[in-house]
Amino acid sequence: MNKPLRILIAKPGLDGHDRGAKVIVRALRDAGFEVIYTGIRQTPEMIAAAAMQEDVDAVGLSLLSGAHLTLFPAICKQLKKKGIKDVLVFGGGIIPDEDVAALKKAGVDRVFGPGTSLQLIVDYLKETLS
Amino acid sequence: MTERSARASAKTHRWAELVDGVRRGDHGAASRALSVIVNEGKDCDALAREFFKCSGSAQKIGVSGPPGAGKSTLTGRLIGQYRSQRLTVGVLAVDPSSSISGGAFLGDRLRIMEHATDPGVFIRSLASRGMVGGLTYAIFGAIHVLEALGCGKILIETVGTGQDEVDIASVADSVLYVTTPSMGDEIQAMKAGAMEIGDIFVVNKADLAGKDKALADLKAALGLGRGAGQEGQAWEPPVMAACAKSGEGAAELAGALESHWTYLKSSGEGRARLKTQHAAELQFWIQRRVLKTARDRVTDTALEEMVSHKIDPASLGRRILKTS
Repeated sequence: MNKPLRILIAKPGLDGHDRGAKVIVRALRDAGFEVIYTGIRQTPEMIAAAAMQEDVDAVGLSLLSGAHLTLFPAICKQLKKKGIKDVLVFGGGIIPDEDVAALKKAGVDRVFGPGTSLQLIVDYLKETLS
Repeated sequence: MTERSARASAKTHRWAELVDGVRRGDHGAASRALSVIVNEGKDCDALAREFFKCSGSAQKIGVSGPPGAGKSTLTGRLIGQYRSQRLTVGVLAVDPSSSISGGAFLGDRLRIMEHATDPGVFIRSLASRGMVGGLTYAIFGAIHVLEALGCGKILIETVGTGQDEVDIASVADSVLYVTTPSMGDEIQAMKAGAMEIGDIFVVNKADLAGKDKALADLKAALGLGRGAGQEGQAWEPPVMAACAKSGEGAAELAGALESHWTYLKSSGEGRARLKTQHAAELQFWIQRRVLKTARDRVTDTALEEMVSHKIDPASLGRRILKTS
């Protein structure tokens, strides 16, 4: 039996809209992942500490407030500071296309916008993490 | 040195570093060690041996009770109490794996995120991974890692339990059974199972109506007599009220847990429980090993033989286990 992959889904910053994050949590659980959800209003430090203690394979960030250019890079920086270099970071939410390049440069591997099929995200994680 | 022995020695070296890191209190090392242990990799026994040497001094507190009773939130409150006493705390929170997808939603951590960045607190979520009974097979190995990390108090939160999940009693030193008002009358509390294993009973959500009746019902049921196997004990399980949301009752609860710990250490019951725990750990190991070995020996040819009635399940089972 292969060990289940572990994913942390996190909601940084001041954004209480977590239906999208919960849909992802549910889809990943049903696809055989072990999913940890931080809940809303987390700081980059809290998310990095959770990723470290849970030894996750990937961290998924959900943000709809518009603060992604500040928070996503801050989280990547905190992860590196904690010595977590091999974790995959991906994101989703309301993120304009023109911001994606900057996020990728900061260490976010991929950004999924509204309407992305859940199967696409599941396949992406399985392929990238295998 | 041959290439093979060089590889082996590099590995031993890496492990010694990992074990040293955990003993120094490095959370990153503890996290990596926990992954090796819970994933039951082929060399996990050798690593577990090192952590076992550090076991036996922390108080292991089991937090059990039905789903939604407030176990995680109450765990968060207890962390706060222990941190105010400058004790280091480890938390292992178990949630169920899906028997269909194998996946899991580990949702206990989000109730205790306020302690996320505290260097004196280490929290790990574990999936039950096929074990029935509220825990996971790797639970003992995980506990020993946290003991080696130097945690003085280790809180083990079970899967929300039904009536007969009592495994936590052979894992923890002190079992906290969390219930709520309106969980039923004293007849419910008289049934065998989970109610028999509590060292401390908590009626959580004490701000809801029915708290006093719930406390009275629990006390009435416990007052009818001691549980089987508990006759000789001097410890009377207290029944307490708490409101995890507001924090009310958390200090009293921490106090009761401390009294129980003192009782365990001074009465010989603590040593007896440690022995029970080691027996359970051994049993888990044997179960896992025997089952896995046996399952690996089941071939498709053998299954075909059963379909065509050339052999029956019991005879095939004996052949697999090589017993007569």
